[in-house]
Amino acid sequence: MQKRTSSVILVVAAALFLGACSNLQPWVKPYERDRLADPIMSWERDAISGAYLDHIYESREGSRGATGTAGGGCGCN
Amino acid sequence: MCAWLPPLAALLIFGALLPHRAFAAVLPDDRADIFYSSYNGGGMNIKGESVLVRKKFAEQFSVQANYFIDKVSGASVDVLSNASVIKDERKQKSISLDYIRDKTQYNAAYTNSTEKDYISNTTHFSLSQDMFGDLTTVSLGFTRSRDKVSEYNNGNHTVDRKGFADTRSYEVGLSQVLSKNLIGGLTLEVITDQGYLNNPYRFVRYTDPSNPKGYSLGNEVYPNTRTSNALTARAKYFLPYRAAASVSYRYFHDTWGIKGNTTEIGYTQPFSNLFIFEGRLRFYSQRRASFYSDLFSGPAVQNFEGRDRNLASSKNTTIGAKVTYAFLPNGWKMFRRGTITGDVSRITFKYNDFRDIKDFGIPGYVAGTEPFYKFNATVWQVYCSMFF
Repeated sequence: MQKRTSSVILVVAAALFLGACSNLQPWVKPYERDRLADPIMSWERDAISGAYLDHIYESREGSRGATGTAGGGCGCN
Repeated sequence: MCAWLPPLAALLIFGALLPHRAFAAVLPDDRADIFYSSYNGGGMNIKGESVLVRKKFAEQFSVQANYFIDKVSGASVDVLSNASVIKDERKQKSISLDYIRDKTQYNAAYTNSTEKDYISNTTHFSLSQDMFGDLTTVSLGFTRSRDKVSEYNNGNHTVDRKGFADTRSYEVGLSQVLSKNLIGGLTLEVITDQGYLNNPYRFVRYTDPSNPKGYSLGNEVYPNTRTSNALTARAKYFLPYRAAASVSYRYFHDTWGIKGNTTEIGYTQPFSNLFIFEGRLRFYSQRRASFYSDLFSGPAVQNFEGRDRNLASSKNTTIGAKVTYAFLPNGWKMFRRGTITGDVSRITFKYNDFRDIKDFGIPGYVAGTEPFYKFNATVWQVYCSMFF
């Protein structure tokens, strides 16, 4: 019974969430994104340089991964 | 395998070579780069050269080719402690293809990296999707690397095969426009390894009263599996006077017991339309692997034993500066513009439980009381980029 109640709550919550998405309006309009499009706002402007520095750290530390940035197909690393 | 080059290096360097976008599905600019680098630190000298070309075609495609060569020479603390001087060369070739369809971008790529004692082949596929008025980009990625690990013997110039390593990486990313001046991002990456994960040039040491030094060296024994999780959060803010400030934090942990924290802050300041100045600070700390010890109490006292300093408790700090000069503002022949960039970083490494045994014999030191190892490294990069 408890499991069924949880499922119903989950479905209702999901419906409300998705319903909200359908009315979601971009809070930053395309014509307001000039600053974000400035090259100085890029996560990494130069691919070789960024890769080289990442490589230096990965070769000397126990940590690794998640140095890429969402978008642009950088799904690896 | 260069002593400084761990397994996975090709996968990691390859990943970072892919384009990094702030938001919205757009193919990267066409460009050609020539790159030189120099690393000096810890007794190692590494010279790097690279060429990269990226070109769009058929409106929806972009292809990138990259060739990178590292020339390694020198003698690290491990080499001075128990091995011969290193001289090696790593050649890496990669090709990558991007395809855009509506708000979705696909990427497929292949990388081959070759050394005397290490061959790595990496394949990658990812996609990213813009949504919610292009304010949000979600990406998914998968990378697989198959490595052949060998040991090069300088004495008789032989290469002994040690084993294979199979690495798979799964990544989920989110990039979000938060305001007119602020973007943020989250990246989660899970990496699994299976196979020969040792560094064949590293050894454990254990207490041995019968040895005049007080210790002897033995082979490392690593688990043949490893799974790691890394989560990075980052943000970049456009300041009111055309400059940018950034901050990022990464938390890392793995099944070997390593926990790592990386914090980085950066500042970018353009000057007229000719120069961009950048500064950055990076702080890193890690807790040692559960099977790591600088000095074991005897031979083979644990199932797994390691003394690779990458597994030790350590900290490092980086201070970096970069300047980019833009030339050909009006273009020249097929080129729209060009840039020349100089970048220097100073890195200080300090180890909390890895001792410097290369100078063993200094009066007063007995095994296990040597000073902790530390060193500084300077990294130079100079490169020219032509956009067309």
